[in-house]
Amino acid sequence: MADTTVAPKATTVGTALPLVGKTDTKPTWCPGCGDFGVVAAVEMAVKRLGIPSHNVVIVSGIGCSSNLPHFLSSYGFHGIHGRALPVAEGIRWANHGLTVIGTGGDGDGFGIGAGHFVHAMRRNVDLTYVTMDNQIYGLTTGQASPTSTMGQKTKSTPNGVIENPIDPIALALASGATYVARGFSGDVKHLADLVAKGIQHKGFALVDVFSPCVTYNKINTFDFFRQRVYKLESAGHNPADLVAAWQRSLEWGDKIPIGLFYETDRPTYEDLEEVLSAGPLALQPAGLHGKEKLLDEFV
Amino acid sequence: MSEIAVRVGGQAGDGIQSIGESLARGFSRMGLHVFGLNAYQSVIRGGHVWFQARASDGRPESPGDGADILYALDRTTVDVHAAGLRSGSTVIFDPEKFALAASDLPNGVTPLGVPTLEIARKYTSQSILQNAGGLGATAFLAGIPLDLLHQVLTDSFGRKAGDIVAWNVGASTDGYRFAEQHASPNARALSRRGAPKLLMTGNSAIALGAAAAGCKFLAQYPMTPASSIMHWMAAHSTQLGVVVKQAEDELAAINMAIGASFAGVRSMTATSGGGFSLMVEALGMAGMTETPLVVVDSQRAGPSTGLPTKTEQGDLNLMLGAGQGEFPRAILAPATPSEAYRAMIDAFRLAEEWQTPVLVAVDLHLSENYMTVDREEIDLEVPVPSLFQVQPNGGSYLRYQYTPSGVSPRAIPGQPGLNFVAGSDEHDERGHLISDIRAGIPRWISERQQMMEKRMRKLHGLAANAPAPVLEGPADAPLTFVAWGSTVAAVRDAMAELRATGHPTNLLRFPTLYPLDAEKVAALLGKARKTLLVEANFSGQFGRLLRAETGYQFSHRLLKYDGEPFFPHEIVARALEVM
Ligand SMILES: Cc1ncc(C[n+]2csc(CCOP(=O)(O)OP(=O)(O)O)c2C)c(N)n1
Ligand code: SF4
Ligand SMILES: [Mg+2]
Repeated sequence: MADTTVAPKATTVGTALPLVGKTDTKPTWCPGCGDFGVVAAVEMAVKRLGIPSHNVVIVSGIGCSSNLPHFLSSYGFHGIHGRALPVAEGIRWANHGLTVIGTGGDGDGFGIGAGHFVHAMRRNVDLTYVTMDNQIYGLTTGQASPTSTMGQKTKSTPNGVIENPIDPIALALASGATYVARGFSGDVKHLADLVAKGIQHKGFALVDVFSPCVTYNKINTFDFFRQRVYKLESAGHNPADLVAAWQRSLEWGDKIPIGLFYETDRPTYEDLEEVLSAGPLALQPAGLHGKEKLLDEFV
Repeated sequence: MSEIAVRVGGQAGDGIQSIGESLARGFSRMGLHVFGLNAYQSVIRGGHVWFQARASDGRPESPGDGADILYALDRTTVDVHAAGLRSGSTVIFDPEKFALAASDLPNGVTPLGVPTLEIARKYTSQSILQNAGGLGATAFLAGIPLDLLHQVLTDSFGRKAGDIVAWNVGASTDGYRFAEQHASPNARALSRRGAPKLLMTGNSAIALGAAAAGCKFLAQYPMTPASSIMHWMAAHSTQLGVVVKQAEDELAAINMAIGASFAGVRSMTATSGGGFSLMVEALGMAGMTETPLVVVDSQRAGPSTGLPTKTEQGDLNLMLGAGQGEFPRAILAPATPSEAYRAMIDAFRLAEEWQTPVLVAVDLHLSENYMTVDREEIDLEVPVPSLFQVQPNGGSYLRYQYTPSGVSPRAIPGQPGLNFVAGSDEHDERGHLISDIRAGIPRWISERQQMMEKRMRKLHGLAANAPAPVLEGPADAPLTFVAWGSTVAAVRDAMAELRATGHPTNLLRFPTLYPLDAEKVAALLGKARKTLLVEANFSGQFGRLLRAETGYQFSHRLLKYDGEPFFPHEIVARALEVM
């Protein structure tokens, strides 16, 4: 991906363009946390695509998972709980030359941020959203999340969850996401593929990741998923088929699909926003110099 | 100062605002200054609404205290407004709609029946055209020349089908001629006085000022009385290259604006108190991540949903305290559209220079009513420097570097060699978190303290660079008004009345509510012989802030919280009481 469009020439020419790598900030996740696999996969994906690190912005909310931007050497915005997507959208609209990746937890994205999730998908904003879905609130020490299983005992539900969980895949299909995938942090290579394709995809890409919380979720563990996941790619699933994608999204039990559920081509919000056809907003002229005629409407 | 005020009233859906705007524009094209009051309700059809255009050879900044011509589209309008008519005034009505005799009206007020429906039928079966006949008759009485009225109508219907323009011009001429035959212009009618003025609402001035300041991104969720900021910007979006996003809610709106600002675009959001309440957490994030941001809060009467179409200055405490913890912010409070235009330029300048949120406190009264501005007051040539200022220096870039001013070099994503993470958690100079495993360790306890102090140092810079308090009027006047926002404008009108009756007063106004230079403010207040605090809220919120900052206590206050704007006579009466 070219970098020349995203910042004024003066600051890009003749400078080395390092790729995204790890920073000297060590992840503070519990040993064995699923999120280690996710950060590795995101790094691998962005590197593989050869996008210079200064053209990548990783945006997150709050949660264990939302600490991810600090561990990679791109630009990052570590915002407040539930609001990663609107920040990410604002960044895209300010400079659609940038590669924007949203990251965060199931609570962040499907609980407090559920409204933004749905709207970002219907808008088909061109960004990739990687959710570390551990079906629990990790950072706040183990309460039920919107994806916790019925009956699951947590600190906030000592007698078991009595609400039906959100299915992020089905919700994404219903909301108009144009790339809908599910990964497993126990299979980093496969996950990196999904993230890379999501970044290359033009439009909103969801990669919901089974990323076990080894400390607070004793049900949805690495073993739980290892025993159950199968890859859609090897099961003859056609990701262009929305009805088939719906059917696969309903599968939960002994067999749980991972991989690409659905991908389609639809104009992005940035394509349809007329003002952006003149190039990244951040590089367009600003102010009203010489626009005196504008005042005529007030006469 | 001579003036004439024209009122038109009817039911929501009758087209009252459009008649009123035409009258206001007729006056402003005569070169007169105008205050146009648009009084409406939160209903789309039915319910009493009215508009008043007050024109003057001086500079009216409030609705004033009476009217000279009333165009009543229904009987309710007469009942509501007859008492507010000055002696020598006329009530225009259509006898086909309701009967009205001189005996129904106060002494000195004359009815003038105009066959507006009959006139309309000459052209079309659409009864809305009756407004044109009524408008013509009103214009005649108000001294608005017929050719100007035609121009106004042609310009406002310009984009619609030719017939509609022709009908309106025809019917307004008929109404004008009818009045000419049956009455004479009001004795207060004024004549043309030079170049046309610009007629603006506070909200159009806010949007224009933002665009002039370099704003390229507005995210907003509809809420009265802030919505028309988005409407103006959206209508000019492609022309000006401003992206306007109607967000899914105010949480999204402010977070989008912060994201866009972080990525190198001057950004804003606008809302009223309810929406502002939802924005509170993100406001703190802008403060913590040191992302420039402009937020307009156009206040309406609260609490809660309150009176959606009525005015108040009740959100000041909220704006001062919005957000957990402490971070630097500035609050600007313009009084008129002309000041609102410049306040937006100041707001963007301050937000950018000090890398922190700047709030612009306005209210329904300023946002939605009309005032004239001289063309020279709107200077579109505002310097808009590039935001890509920091150059890579070989890898030791500190986004949150400790500096004497508190402002650190701000890189923009896309710039190589300056990558950093902006965090809403506490962080060190590089932006690395000190919120989890480092929290509580002596070295990081001290970093936290330094980082707090670095951010809060910006308050000194903001106080020194934001518009300072202004004393208007004779320095030694026996009474000093203290006011902010749109209330300032009403006080100015009251001061003119007081002056005319031999009671000089002055006004200490605060274009910046926060931060204040406490010593300077204390000195200004200390010089006042007697003060009267005027605010549109229940508890005198700004008075409390001044007391907290300076120790000054107001013994005389005029507080209003009935949802209506200040009328000069209320201020005059209270001033005379205190003096
Ligand atoms: C407005 C707000 N409410 C609550 C919190 C407390 N909080 C922090 S993270 C979190 C949930 C985290 O769960 P999830 O998003 O699934 O992330 P995880 O820690 O599991 O990765 C909560 C409730 C907060 N920071 N802000
Ligand atoms: S609490 Fe759970 S989610 Fe958080 S770091 Fe530990 S294992 Fe990971
Ligand atoms: Mg979680």
